[in-house]
Amino acid sequence: MINLKSLHKSYKTGATSLHVLKGINLDIEKGELVAIMGSSGSGKSTLLNILGMLDVADEGSYYLDDVLIENLNEKKAAKYRNLFLGFVFQSFNLINYKNALENVALPLYYQGMSRKERQKQAMEYLDSVSLKPWATHLPSELSGGQKQRVAIARAMASKPKVLLADEPTGALDSTTSYEIMGLIQKINNEGKTILVVTHEDDIAKMCKRIVKLKDGVIVEDKKIKQIIVK
Amino acid sequence: MFSRDSWQEIFETIRKNKLRTILSGFTVALGIFIFVILSGFGNGLQNTFKEFFVDDATNVLRIFPGRTSKPYKGFKAKRRIELENSDIEAIKINFPLFLEYITPRISRGASVKYNNKSDNYTTRAVAPSHQAAERTIITKGRFINEVDIKDKTKYAVIGRKVATDLFGGEDPMGKYLDVGKIAFKVIGVFQDAGGDNEESFIYIPYTTRQLIEKANDKVDQIIIAYKPSIGHSGAISLEKKLRLFLKKKKIIDPTDQSGIFIRNVADELKRNEDFAGVLETIVIFVAIGTLIAGIIGISNIMVFVVKERTKELGIRKALGASPKSVIAMILQESVFITLISGYFGLASGMVLLKNIGNALEEDYFIKNPYVDLSTAMISTFILIIFGAIAGYIPAKRAARIKPIIALRDE
Repeated sequence: MINLKSLHKSYKTGATSLHVLKGINLDIEKGELVAIMGSSGSGKSTLLNILGMLDVADEGSYYLDDVLIENLNEKKAAKYRNLFLGFVFQSFNLINYKNALENVALPLYYQGMSRKERQKQAMEYLDSVSLKPWATHLPSELSGGQKQRVAIARAMASKPKVLLADEPTGALDSTTSYEIMGLIQKINNEGKTILVVTHEDDIAKMCKRIVKLKDGVIVEDKKIKQIIVK
Repeated sequence: MFSRDSWQEIFETIRKNKLRTILSGFTVALGIFIFVILSGFGNGLQNTFKEFFVDDATNVLRIFPGRTSKPYKGFKAKRRIELENSDIEAIKINFPLFLEYITPRISRGASVKYNNKSDNYTTRAVAPSHQAAERTIITKGRFINEVDIKDKTKYAVIGRKVATDLFGGEDPMGKYLDVGKIAFKVIGVFQDAGGDNEESFIYIPYTTRQLIEKANDKVDQIIIAYKPSIGHSGAISLEKKLRLFLKKKKIIDPTDQSGIFIRNVADELKRNEDFAGVLETIVIFVAIGTLIAGIIGISNIMVFVVKERTKELGIRKALGASPKSVIAMILQESVFITLISGYFGLASGMVLLKNIGNALEEDYFIKNPYVDLSTAMISTFILIIFGAIAGYIPAKRAARIKPIIALRDE
């Protein structure tokens, strides 16, 4: 599903150049649930940005579902993001003046789906995260866990090939965190490829594979026995 | 870009962000409103200035006598010059090619009585052609005619205001007025574009006035209308010739600045038109200033709006919004708001001007303030276009921001 070959990325800050990614090679199969770990400065955010087509690598290749991602202009990146990727953020990033249903329907709007159809589909996705009764509530009327579930439903609504979750449990207490991880596992079990960026060991252990980054290189890449959330 | 769906999205955004909408809408509405009011007032001021002259003919010279300032041919300085009927005849004989008509005018204040009502009015003793010089409009009966002059009749032509003040609803025609203890028969009622002031006069034959005043032949002033075909330069040379002619006739030093005064209405009209032009320039300047203030206002709001929405735009981009659709959304929204509120400001300004009407005429010299609809519409569109440009720059920048930066947690 994802194939990275000797990916390099540096940031120029004035005269000095900061080499952030120093040759990343990574293969992720369809249906995997991968935790990407690393301390700050390890390059995990940069890697996620490149995977999310929010940034481009200086060197190396990036294949997503056998499509070479290169020469991205803004328009193309927007289209690919919409078709290939679903994003889940630490701070949920729901649009605060839109209710749960409208938030979930938004990616479908950008796919050009009719209003009626997207409302119907959005409702199905809300139902799949058991928030159907909350459809007309604004984000401010929802708890943190509920917000993240809306965000997951929104990420899933565009039927992405890969779900990118950036610290999805970072703003939640441990009970709610497990609940969200349970939901992610459920979606994964339905066949979706998911990448979770986290720095919490217990969250990482709920994934099927852990990739550890340090100073811009992968220092560890192992499959683990997944801890299933009940 | 202008699909029904994108409009729905915009309406939703507007509905759910009322403060932002009201803020930007208010700026535009206020800008246009002030623009309309100021231009209206400016136009009203101009109207007042123009009006000073609409009630009089403009091809007119007025001759006044004064006191000499220099001794001449045995006469002392400070001799008082008086105009007489013979002067009128002499002008008629000597300037036949230039003259359209000529009339004397003798103004006297008088207490005027009818039944129990009385008031003080000014009588103007004139010749028939005075009607043309003042553009007096007869609404009932007739003006003074040559027979009245010849027979020195005690007839009076009264202004509309005199008629309503003294007669109320009664028909004044044929009634006798007590004008300074002498009975005059009302033979006509007139109106004048000059309004109440001009309509408070009473016209009588100048020969009658001269008869009352010990049968003399003095006149206060002589009003001469020249043929319009002689033009402005012709009028100036006529003025010069008349002055020399009268100075010679009255034995006044040709270099004496006093003695005979001639006022050229066309000159004054031109001076006033120049002044009105200056006024117009000021009005345009103020209006443009208001527009610029409005543009700056809407620009600020747009920058603020885009700043406030940075995160939202980042989310939209992450969900697949193209930069173009982000810019289009912001622009459509801002143009829509400025259009609606611009129209609102325009309409309320126009309504206010209409309601003010002539209420400010007395104290502020603003008559019939109005604003040209096309001017107001053009300025509204200028504001909309600049609002769009002002929104476009930050919108473009926002559309370029990488979602991940916009979404970064503080």
